[in-house]
Amino acid sequence: MTCDIILCGVGGQGGLSVSVVIARAAMAAGLHVKQSEVHGMSQRGGEVLAHLRISDREIYSPTIPKGKTDIIFAFEPLEALRYLSWLSVERGTVVAAMVPILNIPNYPDIDSVFGEIRKIPRARLIDADTIAKEAGNVRSANLVLVGAAADLLPVPPKAIEKEVEALFSRKGEAVVQANLKAFELGRHIQHA
Amino acid sequence: MMVLSGDEAVAQAALDAGAAGAFAYPGTPSTEIMEYLQEHIGEAAGAAGTVRVTQWCANEKTAYESALGVSFAGKRAMVSMKHVGLNVAMDPFVNSALVRIHGGLVVVVADDPSMHSSQNEQDSRLLAEFARMPCFEPSDQQEAYDMVRLAFDYSEAHEVPVLLRITTRLAHARDLVTTAPARAVSDMGKTGDTYAWVLMPAMARRQWAGLLAKQAVFRADADAASRLELGSNELGVITCGLGRAYYMENEDDWAQAHGGERPTHLHIGRYPMGTEKIGALASRVGRVLVVEEGYPYVERDLRGIFGAPLPVAGKMTGEIPLAGELSADSVRAALGLSPREAVAAAAIEVPGRAPQFCQGCPHADSFTALKKALEGEVEFFAASDIGCYTLSALPPWNAVESCVDMGASVGMARGAASVGQKRAIGVIGDSTFYHSGMTNLIDAVKYRTPMTLLILDNGTTGMTGAQPTISATSRLPRLLEGLGVEKEHIRVLEAHRRAIEADAAAIREELAYDGVSVIVMVRECIEWLKKARKS
Repeated sequence: MTCDIILCGVGGQGGLSVSVVIARAAMAAGLHVKQSEVHGMSQRGGEVLAHLRISDREIYSPTIPKGKTDIIFAFEPLEALRYLSWLSVERGTVVAAMVPILNIPNYPDIDSVFGEIRKIPRARLIDADTIAKEAGNVRSANLVLVGAAADLLPVPPKAIEKEVEALFSRKGEAVVQANLKAFELGRHIQHA
Repeated sequence: MMVLSGDEAVAQAALDAGAAGAFAYPGTPSTEIMEYLQEHIGEAAGAAGTVRVTQWCANEKTAYESALGVSFAGKRAMVSMKHVGLNVAMDPFVNSALVRIHGGLVVVVADDPSMHSSQNEQDSRLLAEFARMPCFEPSDQQEAYDMVRLAFDYSEAHEVPVLLRITTRLAHARDLVTTAPARAVSDMGKTGDTYAWVLMPAMARRQWAGLLAKQAVFRADADAASRLELGSNELGVITCGLGRAYYMENEDDWAQAHGGERPTHLHIGRYPMGTEKIGALASRVGRVLVVEEGYPYVERDLRGIFGAPLPVAGKMTGEIPLAGELSADSVRAALGLSPREAVAAAAIEVPGRAPQFCQGCPHADSFTALKKALEGEVEFFAASDIGCYTLSALPPWNAVESCVDMGASVGMARGAASVGQKRAIGVIGDSTFYHSGMTNLIDAVKYRTPMTLLILDNGTTGMTGAQPTISATSRLPRLLEGLGVEKEHIRVLEAHRRAIEADAAAIREELAYDGVSVIVMVRECIEWLKKARKS
């Protein structure tokens, strides 16, 4: 079993903490995990990218080879399109948030962005912000996405929940509950 | 077992190796070494009453020299920096290979192939060779930990600093690391051989001879530490650093395409490299592929001037791109394997998303004021430096026109002004000014060069995640005065939207002055404020 995950978004969206949640849950399950991200200049409103590799065998490359990725979590829809050639033809899919971050002048037409995402088999476009608000904290949108792909992850939802609690506990019970709720609401989205 | 990034593994190893002093200047991808050390030094084991310091320094050279002093005093020291930081520290670096290292000294240099956050992709292995210093290069996070522990012992055993070379992906990727029991902070007392630290010609010659004599030992040890796995007679693969991971990612597929047999594989983790195992590999295989991150360093040696006796593939022959970092994909192609089938790229153009100033960044207000001050002017030169403010070279700002190295804004503006460039402006951050800008300003004062320096004082080193600047904002005007800048031409302004008109007017006034003027634009970094609120 291997599960290669790309997490992408725009600097400031906090997508990297989600990578930590999934990674810790996998490690707790005794799986091999490698995580890779780029820090520094790229974080200021630019593209942010993390690779997360999970396997029951030894993992070598810290980054995912092209054509091997199982899931692209895109916290911003355009960012998903940047990494399509990393997706596996057989298994790969995209789970993307729908709200664009329009901090560039040449952002493509949003419907064409959605159109490109929908071309990917089993792609899931999620109105994560709305659901996150419903969960009580708009900053929990990333966990809505994780919930929406929980069935594709190699760890059970309970394990994810446990790590969410651990990661957000120092931010207080309200934040923990909102993130747990966001994860749960994400899990119950019906996919076409 | 712990989950650690490469940087964190290096730092944890320094703690466990009993290092008494660690020094650094922030620089991606090495910054997290010091951040981790500062966060965890309190938990680290150490004999009661032992002093352990972890300090950000003014620049890499000062950091290096502090580490040397720790070694002289008989304790273990680490100095860490990014690759271009080693250029700044080059003087102590090269000469420290000649002194008789006492407390172990480990120099960690993080290279940045692909220039994720850098100005070049220089390969520090060549600089280790330049200094005749042993160089260790880990291939994963576990090895980063183990090699730092080993490097301290090696440094003390051979009385020489050891350079540990890591690269971006290793520095910033996380993996499980098994740590070894921590040892106490060692204290051997001050060196008993101070002559070996006085690099006057007579002593330096003796020390140099000693260092040259050690090279054979370094090579033999490197050979013994390299790992040779015999396999196919057809292909021999030599890997270094992360090259191993990218090769291993593809090894099964190569074997599958070649009747189940794997290539003969040699992994080199130390330099100067030995020759015996390379010879053993060469005598077995028909051709060699070299997979190394950075320059074709091992490859160049294999080829020599007269060429290798068997075909060698790598960066010099184009099987692997000469520029940029390695990847599992580029190594796959070099192994002659066809690319994995992948989903097609998007049918619409996906525009890049360049980094930009944070919402509310004081630099944005400073550049608005500067642009306003220069409105209608044709003759000007706005030299810049290295920091978040370099982003103003890009649209929509297009405000600054150069970015070369730390401190260069001051020197370049001065040089251009000295030969007649009108409105020569240097734009530099406070941290970069302390790092390398001050000395250039002294030149400007000495020659009364007509130039204006804008110091964007946000009180922090912002680009690397807001580390504290070495000196307080309140002390900057007095420092400038002390350097000889005339008091009436030191202007301290607020970098804020509400002050833009006044700021622009002040900049215009100073641009009209026929001498050295310095304008300090003050407001705290937004990132720093966020960080301060969190802690």
